[in-house]
Amino acid sequence: MTDKLGIVTTASLEKGVDVRLDAPVSVEDMVVGRYVTIEGQKRRFFGMITDVRLGVTDERLAVSPPDVNDPFIAEVLSGTSTFGQIHVTPMLTIGGDAKSMLEGPQPVKTIPAHFCAVNLATEDDIERVFGKEDPQRFNIGNPLDMETKLCLNLEEFVKRSNGIFGKSGTGKTFLTRILLIGILQKSKAVNLIFDMHNEYGWQGTSEGGPPVKGLKQLFQSKVAVFTLDEENSRRRGVSTDFVVKIGYDEIEPEDIVLLRQTLNLTEPAVEAVYQLRRRFGKSWLQNVLDIEGGEDTKELLDSMSIHESSFQNLKRGLATIRRLPFIQPHAPVDAVKNILDHLDKGINVVLEFGRYRDITAYVLVANMLARRIYSQYQSRTEKAMAESVAPPNPLVITIEEAHKFLNPEVSSQTIFGTIAREMRKYNVSLLVIDQRPSGIDSEVMSQMGTKITCLLDNERDIDSVLAGVSGKNELKSVLARLAPKQQALIFGHAVPMPVAFQPREYGSAKSYKDFTSAGKSSASTGTGKDIEKLWE
Amino acid sequence: MSPKIAEVIEADTASFVAQCYELYELPPLGALVKTGDIYGIVCHAETAGMEPGRKPIARGRDEASEAAVYESSPQLLKLLRSEFTASAVGYQDGNKIYQYLPPQPARIHGFIYLCQPDEVKEFSKNFGFLNILINAALTAPTEELIAAALRQMSGVQEDSHAFLVAAGKELANLLSNDFIKLKNILGRLKIK
Ligand SMILES: Nc1ncnc2c1ncn2[C@@H]1O[C@H](COP(=O)(O)OP(=O)(O)OP(=O)(O)O)[C@@H](O)[C@H]1O
Ligand SMILES: [Mg+2]
Repeated sequence: MTDKLGIVTTASLEKGVDVRLDAPVSVEDMVVGRYVTIEGQKRRFFGMITDVRLGVTDERLAVSPPDVNDPFIAEVLSGTSTFGQIHVTPMLTIGGDAKSMLEGPQPVKTIPAHFCAVNLATEDDIERVFGKEDPQRFNIGNPLDMETKLCLNLEEFVKRSNGIFGKSGTGKTFLTRILLIGILQKSKAVNLIFDMHNEYGWQGTSEGGPPVKGLKQLFQSKVAVFTLDEENSRRRGVSTDFVVKIGYDEIEPEDIVLLRQTLNLTEPAVEAVYQLRRRFGKSWLQNVLDIEGGEDTKELLDSMSIHESSFQNLKRGLATIRRLPFIQPHAPVDAVKNILDHLDKGINVVLEFGRYRDITAYVLVANMLARRIYSQYQSRTEKAMAESVAPPNPLVITIEEAHKFLNPEVSSQTIFGTIAREMRKYNVSLLVIDQRPSGIDSEVMSQMGTKITCLLDNERDIDSVLAGVSGKNELKSVLARLAPKQQALIFGHAVPMPVAFQPREYGSAKSYKDFTSAGKSSASTGTGKDIEKLWE
Repeated sequence: MSPKIAEVIEADTASFVAQCYELYELPPLGALVKTGDIYGIVCHAETAGMEPGRKPIARGRDEASEAAVYESSPQLLKLLRSEFTASAVGYQDGNKIYQYLPPQPARIHGFIYLCQPDEVKEFSKNFGFLNILINAALTAPTEELIAAALRQMSGVQEDSHAFLVAAGKELANLLSNDFIKLKNILGRLKIK
């Protein structure tokens, strides 16, 4: 098959380009999301197929259709009176002269002339736009229906907060694991992963297949697994590096605010937390839990004008927290300090939640730890600037169920909302994973640098992911037609143009071998023998 | 070269009229003929009395067969004549065939030859003549004529199916705004 598809028949900067397919090209081979190039007279255009249509030259054909059972008639009409059309959304151009070749791909500001040839994009084209695998660029998969490697510049990627979306079972976790490996190998950033379902650290599950290796199995010396549930981790055969306990005095009112819904707290009950914090200081939680009913209590509450029913409501909520086994009056070791020590050494930290997969535990712990780590980063970055010493390693924090932290009601109050909005002022950015992006504050969504989305079928989710993207309607049709698994659309800061792609396969012995050998620093992942063993 | 079959008796830019040397020895509708350097496609034919205004009269009442009519009146062969009109569809200049209207009309008394398979094959490498036929002022329906011409040409091709498909596609482009006409022609291209 030749790669020439057809010719440009109409075009507008706003609406895109219509291409009439040549007769030998079957419309059924044209799938949305594929890349094409248009050979303009002075420049080449790169674009994506965003619609496929059938055309007729004479409307009467549709009214009184020819006898298509006659193969002769069908053959004559195909590509002439009846023809395929594709709609292409141009995304980039490369000028023909030497200077523009050096400048590389530029945004589209014009359209190709009439009847310019349209070709399937070649491997070289993709490489010219997205770059080759190199010390910063990491292969994340192939563009749809192409063998070419699609590379992502991870140094650019981690400069902003990013999002991974898609409905359940579409491959978000697998994709995230791939990106984390990329960040670990090809950027200066370190990862802190709040691993709600214990899938990143040691071992993850795969639908209908054997378990897949987690980060630590592949990069032993660069990953530490922290756990909230030592017993569970041990039972799963995970070699953990640290057991996290959280003291009462580490919990702040803003952690409770986030839990308002899950703990069924009323508005006044949440208000009361702030008052109690002011009153009792750091040990407020212990104090509240200690308060028994009685005259004294009534007086105390009256003095803070807290209503008895609000207080009871709050107490019931706090009791839920207290029942979490990793919450203790006093934490024996400072988890935050330990995490920071690892991060400073360039070691990625995965925090497993063990059996405590309910959202209360996740929200509470992730928010609390992130808040304190962030404040450390903040002061250290400021100090570094003032004294012109090296700032801490750039940090990427991965959270699942991101809408719990970033919904419009709470996003202004949580640390994650702050990080998302500050665009890496203090060397910290987010990698958020969510099934329901419409639940995330639109302002936070708009701050995300790069978005990668697997299939979404809810209209509101699609709208929220694509909000503010140029060519939104066209991308919408691409997004809505992704395969239900292991296909995604990436767009935003770190890629020169949107591209639908198939993430790399993760889970086979060969995939592990490819992943572990890709990094420039693969030598430090352990002894040669270790690595050999991993591939078995 | 094949024997001459007729002689030009009337000619203009777009067509020429010829009289056959033998009564009823007409080339078929759609046949490719040549006079001088000019190619034509037979688009109309008639047989009538020699003298304008004098119609033949019925003669067969007492004859056993049609052939007997002619046998008993041998003068008929002199009184009747067969004529055909060819639409000019191209000309030869040196070694090249151009499928345009000829620069000059055919010459009166020019001899007319029926093109042989090789020549038909050479001529039909190009489909420019289709457009001339579509736009010609013809007495026979255009669809019929084009279909007849293509059927005959297909007979001399190595791959007649491929030839008809290619011609069909050319027609589809020329008749992009008249699907009904296209459909009528395509429907008439089948030989079997
Ligand atoms: N890159 C990949 N390589 C191999 N298998 C994959 C890949 N992506 C997805 N899969 C398959 O699809 C299944 C679902 O993927 P995954 O667990 O990542 O979905 P998810 O979007 O995280 O779902 P949930 O929202 O329920 O957490 C996996 O168990 C695996 O079998
Ligand atoms: Mg998942």
